Parts: sequence; C-alpha cells; structure tokens
Amino acid sequence: MCLAVPGKIVSRAPDGADLPLGTVDFQGSRVEVSFALVPDAAVGDWVLVHAGFAITLLDEAEARETWHYLEEAGLVESFPESDS
Amino acid sequence: MKQTSSSHVVLAHGGGGELTRKLLSERVIPRLANEFLDPLTDSAVLPAVEGEICFTTDSYVVEPLIFPGGDIGRLAICGTVNDLAVMGARPLALSVGLILEEGLPLELLDRVVDSMAAAAKEAAVPVVTGDTKVIEQRGGSGMTITTAGVGAMRAGFRPGAGLIEAGDRVIVSGLIAEHGLAVMAARESLGIDSLLKSDAAPLAGLVKTVCDACHTIRFVRDPTRGGVAGVVADLVDDAALGVEIEESALPIAPAVRHAAELLGLDPLTVANEGKIVIVVSEEDAERALEACRSHPLGRAATIVGRIVESDPPLAELITRIGGRLVIQRPYGEELPRIC
Amino acid sequence: MAVGKNLREDPQVLIQAINEICLELDTIRLMEVCGTHTVSLFRSGVRSLLPANLRLVSGPGCPVCVTSQGYIDAAIDATRLDNVTLCTYGDMLRVPGRAGSLESRRAEGAAIEICYSIRDALRYAGANKDRQVIFLSVGFETTAPAAAQAVLEAEQKDLQNFTILSGHKLVMPALGALLASGDMPIDGFLLPGHVSVIIGSDAYADLVDVHAKCCAVAGFEPLQMLSAIRALAAQLRHGTPRLENVYGVAVSGAGNRHALSSLDRVFDEADTVWRAMGTIPLSGLELKDEFGRFDARKRFGLTIGDDYDPPGCRCGEVIQGRLDPPDCALFGAECTHEQPIGPCMVSGEGTCAAWYRYGPAKTQGGRP
Repeated sequence: MCLAVPGKIVSRAPDGADLPLGTVDFQGSRVEVSFALVPDAAVGDWVLVHAGFAITLLDEAEARETWHYLEEAGLVESFPESDS
Repeated sequence: MKQTSSSHVVLAHGGGGELTRKLLSERVIPRLANEFLDPLTDSAVLPAVEGEICFTTDSYVVEPLIFPGGDIGRLAICGTVNDLAVMGARPLALSVGLILEEGLPLELLDRVVDSMAAAAKEAAVPVVTGDTKVIEQRGGSGMTITTAGVGAMRAGFRPGAGLIEAGDRVIVSGLIAEHGLAVMAARESLGIDSLLKSDAAPLAGLVKTVCDACHTIRFVRDPTRGGVAGVVADLVDDAALGVEIEESALPIAPAVRHAAELLGLDPLTVANEGKIVIVVSEEDAERALEACRSHPLGRAATIVGRIVESDPPLAELITRIGGRLVIQRPYGEELPRIC
Repeated sequence: MAVGKNLREDPQVLIQAINEICLELDTIRLMEVCGTHTVSLFRSGVRSLLPANLRLVSGPGCPVCVTSQGYIDAAIDATRLDNVTLCTYGDMLRVPGRAGSLESRRAEGAAIEICYSIRDALRYAGANKDRQVIFLSVGFETTAPAAAQAVLEAEQKDLQNFTILSGHKLVMPALGALLASGDMPIDGFLLPGHVSVIIGSDAYADLVDVHAKCCAVAGFEPLQMLSAIRALAAQLRHGTPRLENVYGVAVSGAGNRHALSSLDRVFDEADTVWRAMGTIPLSGLELKDEFGRFDARKRFGLTIGDDYDPPGCRCGEVIQGRLDPPDCALFGAECTHEQPIGPCMVSGEGTCAAWYRYGPAKTQGGRP
C-alpha cells in the first residue's frame, strides 16, 4: 500500500539542527526529506523514501539490483545549486 | 505590493476603453507584431491558399502558469501549431484569446506574451488576431488562453486511423512524459526541485520531414493530455485494430522514470507537448524512423510497437518480463499518491 | 544496461519454475495483501504469466478502500467548517461519500490541498496561520510513523493550527481477523513490502506458527514479485509453510525501531472500524491524550459516523478476498472508473480499479 522510492542523500542538516531534514536526489528530482525515522543516515547514503520520510537505509549496489530503473548514470552531478 | 493598473490587471483593462487600448498597444501587440496583425482590423486578412484548409481550436489552462521549459504562452502556441501539424498541414495563422484574472501581475502577462511571440517565431506561424477579456478574481491560475489555427492541407494526404493496417509500426518521436511530470513537479505544494523540463515544441517541421521521406504515413497524433496511452487507446477504437506496445522500447529518460515512480504516475499516461506518435507501414518504418531522427526534435525517435489484428481490438502493453496488460485511456487528473 | 555483477535472476527462469511447480498442485490461492502489489502485479504483466491454477486474490491493503464511509463523510463535513483547509494525499480525493466527494467539494470552492507528504501540510499550516489545517492521516504502518513525526514537529513548533484526523490502520490485526473468521481458503500470503520495512518480517510469525500459512515478503519490482510467488508455490509443493523475505535490501526481521517507537510515543492502538469488516480490536491508531490538541476530532468535535455500503456495492467482499471484481454485478456497468460507486473502484490501488484499468474485463467481461 505504499509507494516508496530509492534515492541518494545529497545534503543533510547538521546535528543539532532543529529538525533532521535533508535532500534526497532521485536522478534529477530533489525532495526535502525527513530523516527522523533513519537518524543515522548520512550524505552519500541511499535511502528508501515514502511520503517525504526516509524509512530505511539501502545498500547502493543491492538497490541498483532491485530497482531496474536505477540506471548507472544515477546522480546528476551538475544539478544547479538553489539559492536557499 | 499595492496593485494598480500599471502593475496588475484590473477589471477596467477589459472594459474596452483607454486602459484596454493601452494594454494592447503598449504590451501585447508590439510583442506579437507581424504584417497580418499590425493593421489591427476586426479580422485579419490572409492570402488565398490552394487546396483544403484545416482549422483547429484549443484552450489552455495550466497550473503553475510558468514551469520549467515553458509557460502557458508557449504551450498555447505549440499546442495549436501541433494540432495542425499532425494533420500533415502547413500552419498558416493563429489567433489568441486571453482571459485574464483581475490581479494578474502585468510583468507575468508580458512574459507570457513574449513567450508566445518566441514560440510563434520558432514555428514560423504568425499570431494574426486576438482578443483580451478580464474577469473577476476567482482563485484560479490567473490566465486562460484560447486559440484557433488554420493550416493548408498537404495535397493528397489525409492521415487518419482509417488508413491503418495490421502490420503497421508505431513510432514515438522521442523521450516521453517530460511535460506532464515537469509541470507536476513544479507545483509548489509538492516541494520538489526538479531538473525536468517541459518538451513543448512546435512540430510542423518534424512532421513535414517525415512525410517528405515516406508516403505511407497512416496516422500522426501528439500525445498531450492522456499521454501515449490516450493516443493508443483512441487509435484502437478508431481503427478497430489492436496495438501492441513493447514496454522495453519506450524511450523514457532516467530522471523522468524516477520522477514518475516518486509521484506514483505511469509515464504512458503523462502529457507530452513536443512529441508525436506516428503509425507507418511496416516497409517504411525504418525510413520514417531515420527521417525523424534526422530532425532536431526527433533525435530519440523509436519504434515502440505494431498494429495487429485483434478481436475485440485491444491496446496491449508487452511488459519487460513478457507479460501483457491492457492499455486504456486514463481517467482524469493524475495526482500524487502515497499508495 | 549492465550493472556490474549481475545478481538478478532471469524472469523467464522464475516464470518457468512457477509453472512447473504449479503443474504438481491443485488450485492454490494466494492473497496479495497490499494495494500496491495489486497494481504492480497487473502493471508488470506478472498476472498474465501465472498458471491458471494459481489464483491471486486481493486483501485489505488499500488504505482508501478500507477507510470507513463514516471517515470519508467526516472529512467532507470538515471542509464546511469555517477557516479550515483540508490537506490530503491525492488517494482520498475521489472517494464518494454520502453527498459528494472531496473532489466535488473542491469544485464547489472548498479549501483542499493535495500533499505528497504530511510535512507539506505542516509547511502550509506554518505559512497560513489564519487557517486551521486538518490533515487526513490515512495509511498503514508505512505511513503512520511519518504522521507521528509530524505531530512531534507540530508540538516542537507549537503550531496552533494543525490537526490530523487519524484513519491509520494496522495490517496484522486485519489479517488475524480474516483468518479467525474461519472461512478463508487462502493458502498463503504475498506480504506487503513497505509495511514490513517498518514492522519487520518477524511481525508475521503467527501467520506461519498459528495459521500454518505460507508467507513471503516482497517488494514491487517484477522480479521481486515473481521470486516471492515462486517461493510460495515451492512452500506449498513441499507442504512446508514458512516466512521468506525476498526484500532483504529493505526489510529486516525487527523492522525500523525508530519508526516503531515513534508510533508508541504518539499513538495508542484502538479498536477501529474497517470498511465492511466491522470493528477489529486494536487495529487502528488514535492520538494519545497528551497530543489531543492535534486531534481534529477533539478540536472540531468531528464524529465518525456509521459505516455503510452504497447499495449493491461489494467492496467489503473484494477487500477480504472473497470476490473478484468482475463477479460483482455493478462492475463495469454502473460502477466504472469514471462513475465509481465504491472506493475499490476509485482508489488508484483499489482492486476493482486495477481490474478495470488493466484487465480485459472492460471489453471482454473476462478475467486476465
């Protein structure tokens, strides 16, 4: 009953920030995600995201094996940084 | 910002008086200027053409008005041109009706009109006449655009589902699902930052290139609202033949695929504004494909399926793993889901 | 596309294995619990490749489908309250209530915002302090922890204008209730992938130990589902019910303890009405008293009325796996995706919607 999608953490608020938020990249779409349910998640980790929350860590290689649409050229390196 | 008649649309702009004249003469008409529009007569006069004329109309409502890769203005021009293009026609002229909501920033209006002008130039089709009305604020997006277009039919060529035969091939001119996903991702309420861009583009040149190269083009349509699924479902009804689409052949960019997964959408049902679906005879399929790919707007063209005898006529997707399911016209608005 | 060392099984090998095993079995019935599985089994084409004697029936795993009519009506009523903006996942928009739906209310001018995440509703509440935000908090254990965190965030920010109407439900109590009713000819379960990420595969132990059902936890990719089905068929062939987890990349035995403790912190388990299944003990989540000010029912005096089925609607039987949609007299006739009568047809994940949309039933009246 649940759409959850794998993505890579590209930024994370530092420890001590009010809320454990960060950004997950889905091959070009980036969403603000809460890591409240996966507090140990760090930049570079892959996570499974459901409705704006990371629900578990994923091993990248296993993730690429499991989700057939994760093409090799996953992370878009040249994503323009937003001003915020 | 205090809203005045010099910063925002007010009801008086639609009143037909001085403000209306100023709005049109200072902001709208100079941006669209061309020899047919400039006389500003009640109707535009066009030169005679040989052969049949085709005529289309359309309306554009989109939220948000501005989205990555375009805006409502570009969408309106390209969409109308494309309705003519898929008939194999040479687009001749367009009309534009603007319905503006009171409170729309004039800067935004300028931007949209600039965009229309640029798209019209890109398509080499002038906007020859138009109309502007202002309505009370009603919490909509701020602007609706209605268009009409006329084109000259290509002699001896009338594409349509009636020409389709079993064995024909189905070609898609490029990467699908870009427009609808770009617009959905741009909706502020979803908080998605995306690289996705609308593919809105005028396609008359592409269609001409393909039709010049092949004489057995049966059917051409742009998969706008309802996506490729909508076109294929219509085709099956109209041609009374079946269609088989190979899922693994569908050209979908990884970023688009992933965004579709994120939002719970099926790329086959997502709108495209710069692509065409072509049905062509089996023997001409490769030539049609090459012709498409030779054009800048068709570089990623792919043969995605074939027409088959089927009773009852069904559109089927042959999935990656070799399974089958029916492709139907999607119902209404696709929405982000949790499930 | 090469992906380094290819650990993937070949789908054709799995399909062949399933077919071979099923040659040695009588009809087997597997319940795929989760609405996302219902849709994925169609969309991947897996359904069309299974042998005729392997029947997949749907379970009560579509959050919209199992939401009682009373909840829908309360949500629609809430849109008439002064100054209220209703925030909801897109799934709920078209479900018909007693008088219209959220979609028709929106067309009438009601303030309704579609959210991808409950945090979108929090953001909206923060930016629109003059509006009272009610979030329709539905979903199973995959989604409930997000709601728990959102309530904690609202508390942290001391938001005065944010409440949820909880419709959260729990999977195991529902499966337990189905099995306890005694007349379930189900041989095994294809268990939900993402609920399992939260609750852990160990949570299903009773299905094996008490009810002797074959179980497999799977994700939603075609290979995942084929793998799980092959595992279930093999278990049945050998008469050895067990719990297999083919979604190990995401699901562990114990689940996500942070998520589970969020639920414990914020919610109480409560007896809850499931559409057409009546009240199932301790099968839903209600906000604890200490979070009462974030409870829309308390703040606005909303009551969840009685459940009812639109006349002729058999959604209840469908979600219990007792009826296939084409066998409902209304299916494809009075009840279509364009004019749905019950939530199983409206919901993107509803069983009826999936059959209607992807199966040939619409045109042939048959079944895939």
